Amino acid sequence: MTIDLEALAALGERMAQQTPHSAALGLEFVSVEAGVGILKVPYRDDLVGDPRTGVLAGGVITALLDHACGLAVKAAALDFDATATLDLRIDYMRPAEPRRDILARAHCYKLTHTIAFVRAVAYEDDPDDPIAAAQAAFVRAGAAPRPAANG
Amino acid sequence: MGEARSDRLAALLAAIPYARFLGMTAQLAGDEMTAILPFSAHLVGNTQLPALHGGVLGAFMEMTALTQLSVREPLRRQPRTIDVTIEYLRPGRALTTYARADVRKVGRRIANVHVEAWQETRASPVAALRGHFLLSLPAEGLGQTG
Repeated sequence: MTIDLEALAALGERMAQQTPHSAALGLEFVSVEAGVGILKVPYRDDLVGDPRTGVLAGGVITALLDHACGLAVKAAALDFDATATLDLRIDYMRPAEPRRDILARAHCYKLTHTIAFVRAVAYEDDPDDPIAAAQAAFVRAGAAPRPAANG
Repeated sequence: MGEARSDRLAALLAAIPYARFLGMTAQLAGDEMTAILPFSAHLVGNTQLPALHGGVLGAFMEMTALTQLSVREPLRRQPRTIDVTIEYLRPGRALTTYARADVRKVGRRIANVHVEAWQETRASPVAALRGHFLLSLPAEGLGQTG
């Protein structure tokens, strides 16, 4: 099966801009390839968790990681079916740098008929120096045979 | 005492820009806190259901844990999240969401907290969170770290 990277990129743009919460956070689509998606949250004062430090709130990173994982699942499944998060574990390795944009790179490393398994990291510059790492499982809504749904 | 606590809690949440972004508030009954997240269109992750974004539920429960710890341990600085495990049980619908944190253990540096979030029926939670949080020492700068 060939991968339509253009269609995947268009999907990534839509996921970033048209999902209400993603749009409210200002998430930006960065890139996509087979099974991998990268999104970015630009720094904003109103998303800070501790005003004394100027560091984005952990919850912003949670939403960014969750959204990037969803993109990675679509980039692995090569379908646009809705997915639902089953569980999400996040380890916070270090504080984010103050007043910096944060990226999330998610990799869907295993896809079964019903479940997608994803790992992701959040970072400023280097995925090998992560702020946080996530491990998630998603239910594939399209897994059960039924009339086509999208979203 | 109770009113002072409530005022301190309101001030704590008002000082966190991200809590204001979510629209999160909280009520106290003694030292037990209920966090409240009114529905708002900017919290939606799936417009077809519609359903709250999974990140919103996770973030709300994490903020609930952090805030409850601040209520319980007022002499310490704002705790830092070490890790969280979020379980999604039901779609978060376009309704007000509530959450309560159960502080399972507070050690010298580490706290273990469980949180449950629900909407209309507390017995049918929409999501749960378990997490570890790093506390500052009661008297910062004394004793060893780690």
